[in-house]
Amino acid sequence: MKAGEMIATAIIIVVLLVCKFLLPKPIQLSPGLSGLVTVLLGLCFVYIFYLTMKDRPVERRIVFLFVGIALVVPFFMQFELPLPISPEVEKAYDQMAKLQPGAKVLVSFDYDPPSAPELQPVAVAFMKYAFAHDLRVIIMGLWPQGPQQAEQAIQSAFDAEPKLRDQVKYGVDYVNLGFQSGNEFVILRMGEGFKTQFPTDINYTPYDSIPLLKNVRNFSNIDWALNLSAGKPGTVEWVQIAVDRYNLHLSAANTAVQAPMAYPYLQAGQLLGLMGGMSGAAQFEKKTGYFGKATTYLLSQTFAHVAVVLFIIIGNVAFFRSRKESK
Amino acid sequence: METFGIWLAALLTIGIISFLYKDNVLYKACEAIFVGVSAGYWFVTYYWDNLYRKFYLGINDTSNPERYFLWIAFFLGVLMLTRLFEKIGWLSRWPLAFVVGATAGLYMMIYFVSNAFVQVGATIKPPPGFGTWQSYITYGLIALGTFCGLVYFFFSKEHKGAFGVAAKLGIWFLMVTFGASFGYTVMSRMSLMLGRLDFLFGTWLGMIK
Repeated sequence: MKAGEMIATAIIIVVLLVCKFLLPKPIQLSPGLSGLVTVLLGLCFVYIFYLTMKDRPVERRIVFLFVGIALVVPFFMQFELPLPISPEVEKAYDQMAKLQPGAKVLVSFDYDPPSAPELQPVAVAFMKYAFAHDLRVIIMGLWPQGPQQAEQAIQSAFDAEPKLRDQVKYGVDYVNLGFQSGNEFVILRMGEGFKTQFPTDINYTPYDSIPLLKNVRNFSNIDWALNLSAGKPGTVEWVQIAVDRYNLHLSAANTAVQAPMAYPYLQAGQLLGLMGGMSGAAQFEKKTGYFGKATTYLLSQTFAHVAVVLFIIIGNVAFFRSRKESK
Repeated sequence: METFGIWLAALLTIGIISFLYKDNVLYKACEAIFVGVSAGYWFVTYYWDNLYRKFYLGINDTSNPERYFLWIAFFLGVLMLTRLFEKIGWLSRWPLAFVVGATAGLYMMIYFVSNAFVQVGATIKPPPGFGTWQSYITYGLIALGTFCGLVYFFFSKEHKGAFGVAAKLGIWFLMVTFGASFGYTVMSRMSLMLGRLDFLFGTWLGMIK
């Protein structure tokens, strides 16, 4: 490690320790100051553009740094973004809203912690809604960490509304069947009987002794299903098997990277509503009225997108300029 | 203990992010820890969910007349382990053949139905709500995009004249699709980073409300 790098590392450690122990918390910028910071960031981009035009392009680390700043700074801002509800989120919400109290909902948590920023807000908002509207929730996961994400979502719902801890009963109002390996074959076998794939719940309680599962044999006993998916196995497999073969009514929340693959199923009516990425999650929060992390994250994501778009424009201008000069 | 966990997670996160500056020892250590923990986690998960819950509890479930089939799956699973021994390693091809055959058979059917039949049907038939001028544009574009996309992948005729124009339009549609996918991917990666930054500045440093 060079001397300069050691000094920079030491400075970062000192700054972090100051932030941790000395700064008053939480930090919130006033709207005026938020506007000023935004303008300063904009001016930085103008300067980077100027440098690029002068044949002094910034190195990639500066790009990383600016994207990082664009993501972090909005955490402390107080801007409110207009958020129209898209038809696909509206459709998913309508499916949920028309369920009667006591309706059985199957929720498959097919994601892991890296995808939690996009999908956990949907899970939390759904749990809050389901417990408030007396829906019976059957949880499962085709990804090993999925059922743990479900437990976290339930805890978040309980923390937000502490009286739910006494009102909502495990085994009666919700059950966690845990993870099962086998990908799409699990869904296929569930069509014949849930018990074949989940002989017990996550706590090793036999399937038959769980009150909520008494009359639940297969997909025909499920009123609506929600799939929270970050990849394979996920929404595609659920549509191909549970929807097209067993006529399950399914809506999905997908990570942004997976959402384009789900849109054809939405257009064909195989999928009844889709919440794609952070934007979909924030819209779902708004629709249910349970605002959470997705709404907070949306401003950061917007700032980061603007930063990426500006860098793409600067990069392209530099590219076409250099090509013109070389000719 | 929770505080220790948060500090550890924060340091590991910083270690991984430090790769953005350049490859370094801290990043390598964090990466090795991640790989090791992941392997251990998967092993434990598969042991309790497959061997214990599905197999052990399954064969002891006397109410299930099909429980003996689990022995076949167990036997095939054991055959997979023969890869560890050079002389009988060829036996592992049997369970592999079973997995490949079953998966291919299943996928052949489900892709044909869900991704071909239903999708073609949805492109041809007028969807619900068809009739407004917006729907004419939307579904006109879908029909045009599908047709031109198919023309682009039709190589039995030279892409010239009207056919060439349709093929060119097809590749434009494909480019727009790839662009939209890339945009969504960027969005997803930003979300991933957001999750970690929220942890660092919120859970760890406590700076976020």
